[in-house]
Amino acid sequence: MTVTSRRNFLKLTGGTVGAAMLPFLKAMPAHAQSAGRIVVVSGQTINSLDLHRTGTNRASYQVAVNCYDRLVSFGTKEAPGGGLSYDYSVIEPELAESWTISDDGLTMTFKIKPDATFWDGRKVTASDVKWSFDRAVSAGGFPTVQMKAGGLERPDQFEAVDEETFVITLDRPSKLTLPDLAVPVPFIINSEVAKANATGDDPWAMEYLHTTPAGSGAFKVARWDQGQQLVYERNDAWVGGPLPSFEQVIVREVPSPATRRALVERGDVHMSFNIPNKDASELDAMESVDVYSTPIENCIHCLCPNFNFEPFQDANVRKALAYAIPYEAIFQTAAYGRGAPMWGGEAEINDIAWPRKSPYMTDMAKAKEHMAASGFASGFEVPLSISLGLADWMEPTALLMQEAFAEIGIKTEIEKIPGANWRSAALVEKRLPLHLENFGGWLNTPDYYFFWAYKHGHLFNSSNYLNEEIEQLVDDTLHIAMDDPAYTPNITRMFEIAFEDLPRIPLWQPALNVAMNGAAGYEFWFHRQLDVRPLTTATT
Amino acid sequence: MSTRSKMILGRVAQAIPVMIGIVVISFVLTRALPGDPAAYFAGPAADEASIAEIREALGLDKSLFQQFFFYVGDLARGDLGTSLTTGQTVMSDLAARLPASLELTLVALLLSCAIAIPLGVFAATRPGTWVDHLCRVLVTAGVSMPTFFTGIVLIYVFYYLAGLAPSPLGRLDFIYLSPPHVTGFYLIDAALAGDWETWLGALKQLILPATTLALFTLAPIARMTRAAMLSALSSDFIRTARAAGLGSRKVLYGYAFRNALLPVVTTLGMVFSFTLGANVLVEKVFAWPGIGSYAVEALVVSDYAAVQGFVLAMAVLFVLLNLIIDIAYALIDPRIGLN
Repeated sequence: MTVTSRRNFLKLTGGTVGAAMLPFLKAMPAHAQSAGRIVVVSGQTINSLDLHRTGTNRASYQVAVNCYDRLVSFGTKEAPGGGLSYDYSVIEPELAESWTISDDGLTMTFKIKPDATFWDGRKVTASDVKWSFDRAVSAGGFPTVQMKAGGLERPDQFEAVDEETFVITLDRPSKLTLPDLAVPVPFIINSEVAKANATGDDPWAMEYLHTTPAGSGAFKVARWDQGQQLVYERNDAWVGGPLPSFEQVIVREVPSPATRRALVERGDVHMSFNIPNKDASELDAMESVDVYSTPIENCIHCLCPNFNFEPFQDANVRKALAYAIPYEAIFQTAAYGRGAPMWGGEAEINDIAWPRKSPYMTDMAKAKEHMAASGFASGFEVPLSISLGLADWMEPTALLMQEAFAEIGIKTEIEKIPGANWRSAALVEKRLPLHLENFGGWLNTPDYYFFWAYKHGHLFNSSNYLNEEIEQLVDDTLHIAMDDPAYTPNITRMFEIAFEDLPRIPLWQPALNVAMNGAAGYEFWFHRQLDVRPLTTATT
Repeated sequence: MSTRSKMILGRVAQAIPVMIGIVVISFVLTRALPGDPAAYFAGPAADEASIAEIREALGLDKSLFQQFFFYVGDLARGDLGTSLTTGQTVMSDLAARLPASLELTLVALLLSCAIAIPLGVFAATRPGTWVDHLCRVLVTAGVSMPTFFTGIVLIYVFYYLAGLAPSPLGRLDFIYLSPPHVTGFYLIDAALAGDWETWLGALKQLILPATTLALFTLAPIARMTRAAMLSALSSDFIRTARAAGLGSRKVLYGYAFRNALLPVVTTLGMVFSFTLGANVLVEKVFAWPGIGSYAVEALVVSDYAAVQGFVLAMAVLFVLLNLIIDIAYALIDPRIGLN
């Protein structure tokens, strides 16, 4: 990172605007833009510039995206609900110029772009890639788990053959490996800089890279004031993609949603990232503000009945729940209609689109029928648990459900669990009899979702669901290619079982909302963090 | 050594057992919080093994006693540990955030005193008149509106509608750079650096949040000034002074006000301490990187080191504050010594 002094900072705000003009900038937002700067506000705080470090939070993943390169990236497509989205089906080069996969699918050979350089001017080599991948699989915690999802588990799988050739050897072929190289985790670090700052206790330079990124990405970090702002400065020598149009991007942390809204409405900031559904629906009505609400791929808000709780072992009770839920009212109240409904679908499964609508809809008569046919016709009492950390959607949802379930004799009491305990209670101990849950998978295939959320003992299977056929189907399907003849029938069968057994009752697919005023080019990513690289000035 | 500095040293020595108590209590209380920081910080997709790794890295696999000894050992070396929420050392977090909160609170209190004390004095000298009623209305309105509400209303009117106030983006708008760190108080640091443009920028950012806090703290100060002045004005020595033919100005400010100041200073100390802890909501609304929101966020995720560091810093601050107030007493009223 360059030394940031006031003078340097002023220099990088652009040659056209001299220091003398600075006080007037606020009055002339158009000028601020032509100086190549965009200001973004977000409610989340960045707590590290190194994704691999223990305790790095979600908001910090944006640094891995914007400041580092991966070997490959995803393509771009039109997003439902306007704007752009990453395209899971297209893999594009980032640092790799080309790659080949052996016929048995076990050896992947990447050629690194010969003109790729790190910020310090040194050439990006295969040994940097190897060092970075070794680090990701050795760091422990989330990065290691995510690497494992793509079959990348041990350093001996990675080999730097020569300066520009990098080889990955797999234990088994998997369709998830290549996409897993495009998620934020396997980013490529300047290993020389890192090693120079590593110590005996800290061989992976976690302490150094925590505050000082060393990469080859489109942006450098010009300044990081934890809890206040992150200032990105463009790397003009970037070869990973088209050069970003902004020279400087300022991400400001503003915790209050009301303040963020005022800022973007007034046009003093160009973008407010991840805004509440309510603000999204109201700002959408305004002329000057563009709102993008992109349904989050492979993510569904669900109601989960726990199979450890006796009444929920009865399929009729679970179906009664599914028919009693006031879906539309919940979708309008809790999500302000943002996202995609996940109820009232076709009974017959003719395609493998996912997330998909369940065949259930609000039908009190049917709910009562199923309740009467169950072993618990006289009803029962159960706590309905929600997380206080996710109360914005869980609380209204739970209240509407409580009312509806009372009509079929299921008396619920809403149990609010503090955010810090939610994970342990819902996912690790899996002890909540009836609760709301919202798993979203980074790798966008239904079998990946099923792997995490329907397989017994897996983290997001908070219902303690166990079905031998699902176990077998997921194991058989997870790594086979999407054009394998077994793929479609396997997935279809999984859907059938999931909708029949209902360990997770789908409610709706949530949306990620972004408001823009005077900027364009926003692209949605599965990691739900801001990719500042494609942003441009609004042309209108 | 003069008697006064001896007294001060004595008072500081008295604070030592208090600090030890606070260290123990903050340690035990943070551990008693529900929640598992290791599971929380392992992230959403972590498995059992990686949670265990993190627990070990954080030293949470040790017994409480061992953890406590490690903590005290670190503390003795001046190491407050590392906050998980911010990724910084607690020391650097406190160094960055405490001045931000102090600057805001002090400016707010100065503003508040500048309005509340004259208002209280006028209300006391003219009880039952319109000044008294104005005082009552202002005080009631200020205290009955929660700070986050006042804050949002002020933003709406002065920033959103009128466009007079600068963007509520924290301590400085993005076009300015923070002044070189000396005290951490932007107004002082910018002045020391002779950078008046930044000084003005920092002052502008301060106006709305400081007004919000000032409105809230107006009530206790104004009410206390009024009551203290009323009782001072009705006491025997004032009657004597008046009977002796002293000028009304001399009587009011030389005798009555000086005597009334004691309870006002006491109230100020109390108001200062609760404002510093309670301005979380103002900090959130104005994106102010202060100590209150830091502590609340740390508490929510059981970030032990940060919570303990915060409690300790506040304890030190309060010991200092009480000392300053005691010294102020002695200056105001020569009859009161420091012991």
